[in-house]
Amino acid sequence: MKYLDEFGDPDLARRLLDDIAATVTRPWALMEVCGGQTHTIVRNGIDQLLPEGVEMIHGPGCPVCVTPLETIDRALAIAATPGVIFCSFGDMIRVPGSHGDLFRVKSTGGDVRIVYSPLDAVRIAQDNPDKQVVFFGIGFETTAPANAMTVQVARRQGITNFSLLVSHVLVPPAITAIMESPSCRVQGFLAAGHVCTVMGMAQYEPLVAKYNVPIVVTGFEPLDVLEGIRRTVRQLEEGRAELENAYPRAVAPAGNPVAQAVVEDVFSVCDRAWRGIGVIPRSGWRLAEAYADFDAETRFDVSGIITTESELCRAGEVLQGLIKPVQCEAFGTTCTPRSPLGAPMVSSEGACAAYYQFRRLEQPA
Amino acid sequence: MCLGIPGRVEAVWEVHGMPMGTVDFGGIRKEVCLAYVPEVEVGDYTIVHVGFALTKLDEASALETLELMRSVGMLEAELVQGTNPDAPGEPGPGRHP
Repeated sequence: MKYLDEFGDPDLARRLLDDIAATVTRPWALMEVCGGQTHTIVRNGIDQLLPEGVEMIHGPGCPVCVTPLETIDRALAIAATPGVIFCSFGDMIRVPGSHGDLFRVKSTGGDVRIVYSPLDAVRIAQDNPDKQVVFFGIGFETTAPANAMTVQVARRQGITNFSLLVSHVLVPPAITAIMESPSCRVQGFLAAGHVCTVMGMAQYEPLVAKYNVPIVVTGFEPLDVLEGIRRTVRQLEEGRAELENAYPRAVAPAGNPVAQAVVEDVFSVCDRAWRGIGVIPRSGWRLAEAYADFDAETRFDVSGIITTESELCRAGEVLQGLIKPVQCEAFGTTCTPRSPLGAPMVSSEGACAAYYQFRRLEQPA
Repeated sequence: MCLGIPGRVEAVWEVHGMPMGTVDFGGIRKEVCLAYVPEVEVGDYTIVHVGFALTKLDEASALETLELMRSVGMLEAELVQGTNPDAPGEPGPGRHP
């Protein structure tokens, strides 16, 4: 497929790998923030092809994984409410809450529907005026324009039986949290390309300056990831810390101003709890006051939520890059995609799912 | 979730004032909201995420990136070997990142 296949060319990959190997003189630890990049790395064995000493630490950029347990439990309760059609991206369906998941709600009679686009949920609301349609609005900055536009469309068309359960998260505050952590080992970041497609690059300048850390905006195909790594390593070896764009075909320095304006209209910044990590100040978006009537949290009075996280699951450490998935005792034994203890095992961007899919046979029994 | 897939815009129309389009992803066609990329026209490539086009794919920049990758290590190789007939793409001399 055009603009995908070219960026998986094995000859060029070898060339980039050789250049990285020729550049490296000592160990470096880089973090790819986005779970999509984690999957590219693990699926293609990029981490195993890198010269010894260049370590990829997998970051928290999996929105499904970091959606707080309380919000998942709230979603389950709303979805189980009679008269509700609960719409979600497919990734969310198997994410474990304290007691079950959306899949189980569906199997016990709840009307849970997987949608491709949030606009599909508005259409469902139009077609079912006697039902309350709730969309599970999660994601990073990449997904926010879609969810924000959907709320504007619902308002414009006067659709009142539609609401959003919002749990949006933001990348720059997460990078701050990682850099401020006493256990931080990260020396350079591959920033998530499509987040920057929307938001642009300016937000990362202060992080580069404050922490003296290279940040390279990086795409998602194998060559994109290798180029991001190559540029980060080169900066580190040369003692530089700069913001670079290794994904210019999709990222303009200013991002997408039209999308930014819509997001700013519909959402406002808030503190957000990240599952397994804790509260990160000003790291999320919630519906702005002007759109509070679309907030499913106030529309559905779901009280008495008491969350219980698995005692075995070490997803929080995986999401912070403190351990690799295979270092968790539950990995592949008590925790599998069919019977997950934590969200990273079921999300298409979860590090545990990537290792389960592509690496589990390599692990010693 | 943050995956954006490049596809080619096949048709453009409006629904209730909202620009929409059909985008072809290597044979699979989807209806996509084009409100965030008012500049795209039929034949352009765009990156689509959850049914929304987020940017017009800059084709010149894509080719430039590939060209740059092809040139990685070329100067060194040329200095060592004089020529490098096996190099894919055969970039011109002096192209070094």
